[in-house]
Amino acid sequence: MTLDEYSIFFLYAAIVVYAVAFIAFALDLARRSSQVSAGNSVGIDGTVTTAPHVLETVGTAAGAGAVGASAVGSGAASAGTTAVVERPESVVSTSTAGRASATDTGETGGSGGTSTLKGGRVAADGSVSKRSLSLRLGMAFTVIGLALEVTADVLRGIAAQRVPWANMYEFSMTGTVLIVGVFLVVNTRVDLRFLGTFITGLVLVLLGISTVNYYVVIAPLPPALQSAWLVIHVFVASLGTAFFALGFALSGIQLLQSRREVSGSALKFLKLRFLASLPDSTRLENLAYRVNIVGFVFWTFTLIAGAIWAERAWGRYWGWDTKEVWTFIIWVIYAGYIHARATRGWRGSRSAWLAIIGFAAVLFNFGIVNVFFHGLHSYSGL
Amino acid sequence: MSRPSDHFDSPAPQAPAPNDDGIIVQPKLGFVGWLRWFWRQLTSMRTALFLLLLLALAAVPGSLVPQRAADPNGVTQYFTDNPSLAPILDKFQAFDVYTSVWFSAIYLLLFISLVGCVIPRAKHHFDALRAKPPRTPARLSRLAGFQKRTAEVNVGAVEAVDSARKLLRKSGYRVVVFSSADKNGHETASVSAERGYARETGNLVFHAALVGILITVGVGGGFGFSGQRVVVENGGVFVNTLAAYDSFNPGRFFTENSLDPYSIKLDQFTATYETKADGAFGQPIDYNAEVTTQERGQAPQQSDIKVNSPLEIGGTDVYLLGNGYAPQITVKDPNGKVVFTDSVPFLPQDANLTSVGVVKIPDGLAAQLGMIGFFYPTQATSTTGAFYSTYPDDDYPVLTLNVYDGDLGLNGGVPTSVYSLDTDKMTQLTGGTTGVQSIELKPGDSQALPGGLGTISFDSVKRYASLDIHHDPTQGWVLLFAASALAGLLISLFIPRRRVWVKASENADGTLSLEYAGLARGEDPRLASAVAEIAERHSKVLSDVPAADTNA
Ligand code: HEM
Repeated sequence: MTLDEYSIFFLYAAIVVYAVAFIAFALDLARRSSQVSAGNSVGIDGTVTTAPHVLETVGTAAGAGAVGASAVGSGAASAGTTAVVERPESVVSTSTAGRASATDTGETGGSGGTSTLKGGRVAADGSVSKRSLSLRLGMAFTVIGLALEVTADVLRGIAAQRVPWANMYEFSMTGTVLIVGVFLVVNTRVDLRFLGTFITGLVLVLLGISTVNYYVVIAPLPPALQSAWLVIHVFVASLGTAFFALGFALSGIQLLQSRREVSGSALKFLKLRFLASLPDSTRLENLAYRVNIVGFVFWTFTLIAGAIWAERAWGRYWGWDTKEVWTFIIWVIYAGYIHARATRGWRGSRSAWLAIIGFAAVLFNFGIVNVFFHGLHSYSGL
Repeated sequence: MSRPSDHFDSPAPQAPAPNDDGIIVQPKLGFVGWLRWFWRQLTSMRTALFLLLLLALAAVPGSLVPQRAADPNGVTQYFTDNPSLAPILDKFQAFDVYTSVWFSAIYLLLFISLVGCVIPRAKHHFDALRAKPPRTPARLSRLAGFQKRTAEVNVGAVEAVDSARKLLRKSGYRVVVFSSADKNGHETASVSAERGYARETGNLVFHAALVGILITVGVGGGFGFSGQRVVVENGGVFVNTLAAYDSFNPGRFFTENSLDPYSIKLDQFTATYETKADGAFGQPIDYNAEVTTQERGQAPQQSDIKVNSPLEIGGTDVYLLGNGYAPQITVKDPNGKVVFTDSVPFLPQDANLTSVGVVKIPDGLAAQLGMIGFFYPTQATSTTGAFYSTYPDDDYPVLTLNVYDGDLGLNGGVPTSVYSLDTDKMTQLTGGTTGVQSIELKPGDSQALPGGLGTISFDSVKRYASLDIHHDPTQGWVLLFAASALAGLLISLFIPRRRVWVKASENADGTLSLEYAGLARGEDPRLASAVAEIAERHSKVLSDVPAADTNA
């Protein structure tokens, strides 16, 4: 096998693992919905806390050994003070369990210590909290998928003897590596694991399209692309895109959440009960803003770096080439988004819509402009 | 902060009070009042937002239809393909979107709004920079990150607050201390601190830099020019004068004597192509134009011009933007006298550089001759008998020519393109349906022209380079403004502006109550933890104070 064939092999392996992660994340959302329906409180980190009076009934059933099904795991404790936990060492002493993790704002993410799969935590008031196995599996598979995809990407770069982001196929690969990478890195600071379904789903769609439609054999770079600016400009653009993707997801959920908050329940027909376990719309909006401004800074840099490169390669720094136009449009939309957040009457859902439109323009720029529009940037390799 | 009144942080507008009849009466506005009102509308956040979104929307059509500035041939093609729609679109300047009246109106309004918004803010900020932080609020408990600690330390309120002041100062806060004592002599002291003024500075720098970019591009761009010139290997020398350009686009304020008459001669053009990879066979890997340049009063110099690496000379940048083949062709009359000899640049038609060119011979022969030539760098014959090129390098070059005689149309004084032949008033002599074979030549071959008009020879294959020569005196300024915009953006988005208060009050039992609280001014996700950290560090400082003799 050639290096490129190895690269393809690893890429397919990554796709499979991402698909498993996607399923795990989806199961977590399903579990959240069902737990919310059952009247339990579910934390942002997926921890289900069963209130003591509910436990009286649930607990007896669970105590009989039905706790194995952890994807919909319910509390494993009998009523009252004695906890029937299969691994007693995970029982948290009453003094420290005062802060029930379900009420954690999520800032600390997954800091729950070493509770076991089937075990639960019993709080002072007798409530039992149980972490989400599927969520942790989803994260584990995402990390494995990323490792496989990075391998594929690096192999492609070695095979081509240059950075692996010079045509659509390679952008898709490096771009999705960055999307997953940024997702994982941001997760070390804020618990956004509930976005796992979206992120792995998006990455699966992008990789699916690109491996089927955009694959090209390794080719040398045309002279116009032989520039250090290719390395910088395209990489930073992909990095910006990764942050915008997270912001898009957060803004989308924010819109659903604020509908739920206003009308009591969001879009009932969609049965999005898991929303009750996610941060409130204001917190989602703040998170989206923080992610989007990072994306915006990268995008501003992309715009400037692109202009410098254009000056080197084509003799003018700005010429309203289609790709330049769309990069500009995206920049202006996000500038509008930032403004909207500072404008009375526009904070909240309206500004969220702008973030969503902005990301739609990013996808359009990548998927449609690169492939179907003519211009100097016709380097998609297709 | 003197932000527009509809800024999120500005106080909410007061509804006008209803009059006695319960009807809201707007105050009557005079002319100046109306102007004021209009200006306030124009410089509001809402208007800025609206104009920004409108600008994004208005930029879209320019990506859907070809633009004259970027793609003039595309526009011509569009007119041919959509003969009824194109003129209508043209009325709306759809082919010149980015210089159109409506696009310009939007961004000019936006920038007027921007200036109107930035100036009062800049003034306000300038004052704020010299003002002291505000008084400590009476009750800190309602503020962000509030903490109350009781300390059994040996210092009084004033000293405790002083150590907090030092600590805050060191962390970049601007500080002011207040203190008072109650009637029992128990002192209460507080420090009011504020930091992150750079946030607003960054914001102002960002917006001002945008204005800078607009002005330098709009005004400064007028002093520049761009021009194109084709140079053939060992062919004519290009001298940087107006007449020497094949095409030239001056800016509004361009004057001819700003051209520095340096010269460029193309010694050799080298193109390297991929010979291995099957998917990329024949793909270009490198282009290099070796040139000899000479500036006024200086010795000649050898340089290379490459894609992505322009040559800087005489205040201009010279870019390698295109290349192709220029077969050297000689035509002689029946007596063997040379009537034409030149390297004729042919325009590439495909990736393997099948090229088309035109030879015009107005004088010296019995009739005016025009020839449409096809050049195949590596010629092959398809199953239908048609020629094509299989590789862009000149491994097996073949030139074919179709000859026409008649009126070349050069005498009317109307400029014609050297790359096209108007055959309306000419008759075809070879190729096509004439039944006469096209002229077909390899380098070194020569062949008789039809009708005993003379002979034609294909002497050699030469390369040409198409150079773009630019002069833009504002480029550096634009870069500077762009970099300031980016720096301003980083500062204004990521430096938090916050107020922090530390209050110490002496209690009757000799202990000290310490209160800490903060206030975000704009986005500040880390405020609470910052206050907590200050409290932590302050407690530590206080507990490090050596135990003094409390009974003294
Ligand atoms: C060319 C048009 C404009 C662009 C591209 C633009 C872009 C931006 C960006 C990116 C930011 C966030 C970064 C920062 O704070 O520096 C911002 C903030 C801001 N802009 Fe603009 N702006 C434009 C015009 C205006 C106008 C006309 C106004 C006044 C009406 C304005 C008022 C503000 C204000 C008050 C903020 C601070 C927002 C906050 O408090 O978070 N901008 N602008």
